[in-house]
Formats: sequence, C-alpha cells, structure tokens
Amino acid sequence: MSCVETIQAYAFRSLGFGERLLPRGEYTLCEHFTLIGSGLIWNVYFGALALATGFFLAVALAVGKSSSNPLWRKPAEWFIFVFRGSPLFIQFFFAYACFLSLKGVSSFFDPFTSAWLGALIVLFCNTAAYSGEIFYGALLSIPKGDIEAADAYGMTGWNRFRRITFPTMLRLAWPAYTNEAIFLFHATTLVFFSGFPAWRQQGDALYYASYFADKTFNPFVPYPILAFYFILLTLLIISLFGFVNRRLNKHLPQERRAKPRLKISLIR
Amino acid sequence: MFSYCTDPSTLEGLSWLSCYLTTGKHVNLYISVFVVLTLLAITAPVALLFGFGAASAARSRILPLRWFGKGYTSIVRGVPDIAFFLFFVIALDQAFEWMRHKVKCPDWDQPIRQGIDFVVCDAAKLPLSTSPQWVHETYGFFLAVLTFSIVFGAFAANVLYGAMRAVPRAQIETAEAYGMTHRQAFWRILVPQMWVYALPGLSNLWMVLIKSTPLLFLLGVEDIVYWARELGGTKAAKFTDYPHPNWHVWYFAALLVFYLCFTKVSEVVLDRIMTRLTKGQATAAGEAQRKAAA
Repeated sequence: MSCVETIQAYAFRSLGFGERLLPRGEYTLCEHFTLIGSGLIWNVYFGALALATGFFLAVALAVGKSSSNPLWRKPAEWFIFVFRGSPLFIQFFFAYACFLSLKGVSSFFDPFTSAWLGALIVLFCNTAAYSGEIFYGALLSIPKGDIEAADAYGMTGWNRFRRITFPTMLRLAWPAYTNEAIFLFHATTLVFFSGFPAWRQQGDALYYASYFADKTFNPFVPYPILAFYFILLTLLIISLFGFVNRRLNKHLPQERRAKPRLKISLIR
Repeated sequence: MFSYCTDPSTLEGLSWLSCYLTTGKHVNLYISVFVVLTLLAITAPVALLFGFGAASAARSRILPLRWFGKGYTSIVRGVPDIAFFLFFVIALDQAFEWMRHKVKCPDWDQPIRQGIDFVVCDAAKLPLSTSPQWVHETYGFFLAVLTFSIVFGAFAANVLYGAMRAVPRAQIETAEAYGMTHRQAFWRILVPQMWVYALPGLSNLWMVLIKSTPLLFLLGVEDIVYWARELGGTKAAKFTDYPHPNWHVWYFAALLVFYLCFTKVSEVVLDRIMTRLTKGQATAAGEAQRKAAA
C-alpha cells in the first residue's frame, strides 16, 4: 500500500470509517503516523468538550467556594476535594463500574458505559474541579480597589459580578488556566487505559501507539510519534489561549500584563 | 482466617463479611497496599536525588553538563506522562538486555532486531528464564521504581532549579565576599536555603506522585488496582465459597476513599513541615510568623 492509500484507509479509523482491520505484518512509518494521528481525534474531542462544558461548572464552583453561606460553600469544597484528591485513573474505573451497574437498572444508562459519554462526564467533573480551584484562587486575589470602585459606582449583585469580578477573575486566572487546558488534553490519554473499552479497536492516540509498541516490541518509533503530535497540540493550545489572553489584558499598560508561563503540573 | 469460617455457606451478615474480607486473595490486596507504600518510600528519595543532580547540572558552568540537565528537565513538558511510563518500561528493559547481551555473548552474529522481534542470547535474558517467580516480580517492580524515579526526577529537577534561583542573590554575594569558593557557596549557602522555596513545589509533586501510583497497574505490577479488579468481578458459586455479583463499584469506592484519606493526611503533615521550615526565614511567611509570635 502506498502512503496515500494508507491515509485514505486509516485517517478516520478511530471513528470507524475506512479499513476495518488494523494494519498487520510489517508496519510502515506512514501507518504509524496515520493511525496515531487518527486516534488524536478522540483526544481533541474529549479535551475540547470537557474544557468547554467544564468552564461553566468551574465558575460556579469558584463562586460557591468563596461564598459565605455554608450551604453553597460546603458542596463546592467537597466536590473540589474529591476530584482533586483522588487519581483520575481510579475515578475512571469507579465511574465505569458505577455506570455498568446502573445499566442493569435502566437502559437509559446504556450510552454512559461507552467512552464517548462516560469518560467525557468524568473529565468534565475533573477539569471543573481543577479549574474551579484556579478560579477560586483568582477570586481571592482580585485587587481590593476594583471592588471598592464598583461599590462607589453603586454596582451590586449580578451587575457587579458580570462587569467587574468575572472579567478580572478570568484575567488573573488565565495563565494558570492555560496550563490546566494543556494537562487536561494530556489526561485524555488515560481514557482507554482505564475501565472504558475501545469499541472495535476505535481508540485514542495512545491506544494505537501502544498497539504498535506491543506488536513490534519496539517503543522507539510509536511513542516519539505520539510525543510529536502532543507537542504540536500543546503549541496549538498555547497560541489559542495566548490570543484570548491578549484580549483579556488589552486595557492594561504593557508592563502589567501577565504572560502565561508553562508551569508543570502533571498527571492527576 | 477465623475458626468459624470453615463452612462459609452457613454464615450470615457480619460474620460472613469478616470471613470474606480475610480470604487469601484479600490478604494479597492488603499486601499490595504495602507495595504502593514501598514504591512511594523508594521513589521519593531517588527522584529527589535525580532532580537534585539534574538541577545542579542545569546550573553547571560546563556546557555539555548544562545541556544534559536542561534537556532532561524539558523533555517532560508537552508530552503526556503516561506515554513516558509505557515507553520507559520497555525501553529500559531492552537497554539492560542489550548491554548484558554485548557483555555475555560477544560472538553472537545474528542481528538483535529481527523484523518485529527483539532477540538476545539466553544468558542475557532479564531475568533468566530459569529464575523463580519472585525474581520476575521483583524485577518488574524494580523497573517500575526506576521509571517513576526518572519521570518524577525530571519534575523535581524543575522545582529545585526554580528554588535555587529563588534564593536571594545577595546571599551568594555575601558568601563570595567572605572568600568562599563556588563549591563552598553552593553547599553551605544555596543548598540549605533553597528548601523553603522548593517545598511548595515538592509537596505538590508528592501529591501528584501519590495520585500516579495506580499507574503501577499499567506497568504490570500486581498493585491495589489489579487486586480490586480481580476481587470485584462476578464470582460464581462453582469456583468460590463466597459467590457474589459484580462488586467493582464497592472496591473502587474503597480505593477512592483510600486515596482521599492519603492525600488529606499528607496535606496536614506537609503544612506542618512548611510552618517549621518557614521559621526564621527571610520570606513574607517567615515575617508574618515572627509578627504573630511577638
């Protein structure tokens, strides 16, 4: 098979289109690149959707955690503690086992046992907890003067939150939130290594990389390719988030703008 | 375990549970908790050592050493960690076997990579195919520890490098003014002072290390995740005296609680250490402590 044919056959293999059988026998470099790249679609799917939906819950959690009413504060604190204090790996296992036993109760839970929904829910809660903590930290470090100025203008409640608190919080939290986004994408590689099965060998990038490593017993080709794809993905996220960051900081004088710095924070 | 456990089918309620939770396989589960703790106890100091070495190398005045230190610390960024774990276990295993192969069988003429096979002579196999089961398990555990140490060493190096740079420049200048050499200033001034700056990063790393221990399961070690999966599955009456449906939920819930408690305890202990280390330091927290006491 030429490389073009390979791409035609396997570019969307992870979604179930194209050739049904995975390549076998001699594995070419082209097959490595195509199949691992095809798996990356799942990583992007999980990461992007979890991030987009988790953002709203994260803001709610941050506001809840900083509330003076224990009725709001306690649930938010516990949610954040449970999801940040336990390994994501175990969360996946636990959620899968839960959904599996719920499936016996009602057929409504059928889709929850497959990765596209079940794992997405876990990632959603997980990223909401981590970003919630980041936003909470940002809420605490909003300059006192900003709030006082809002008070002086007679702003209260929702109006003050929408116009002053929320934008400032977002601006302060953005560099850390960029990191969170990067590591969320890295965490998506755990999905098919925990309870969730890869249906008809439709897995993510790491699933195919380890497939090749298992078959060829040579880790030196598939894993560097995986690393290459993820570095590309990381750079893409940094540039996208950097664009938003510039917008958020547009009104500030040049030297006061916070630059995102890639800090390590790792497996969860 | 207990004397009344001889016939489980007659037992009810709590006594059944007490017998069930003390079967041989459950004891294996409890032992595997110690496997995890052993891994943490070995990995943490080794990774710290690797990190310290790499951080000092990254500050070195010798260029290749600096490249090595910086390269080691920066490879970990941008790539999912789990890929490192899967990669290093095979790569290290093959590297060891290859080295032994070179030493033990110098007159071997076939290539080592034959198509999709990795072939070394019998004497170079690790562990030897004749060695007992426990050697195989220990070797697997050793590989896991080494992998964890390499990956977390890189993270620790990053933290320590930042901490070394955070020590106020004036401290080093004072040391130089007293006529200390580069090496003396490093060991007597920089190293004792950097810990208070490194501790927040290191305690974060410790939490992450705790939370990454379930990955042992992926490395083929029989750890708590392995036993929870094994024991939680459906057990038919034909094969066991304690038949039960699928109890995965309960086992994983127990693991979840175990990890939550572990992180909570670590959090409290690390907070104490931080308070202790801050005492008398020239930082904002140290100043606040001094004012509170006065």
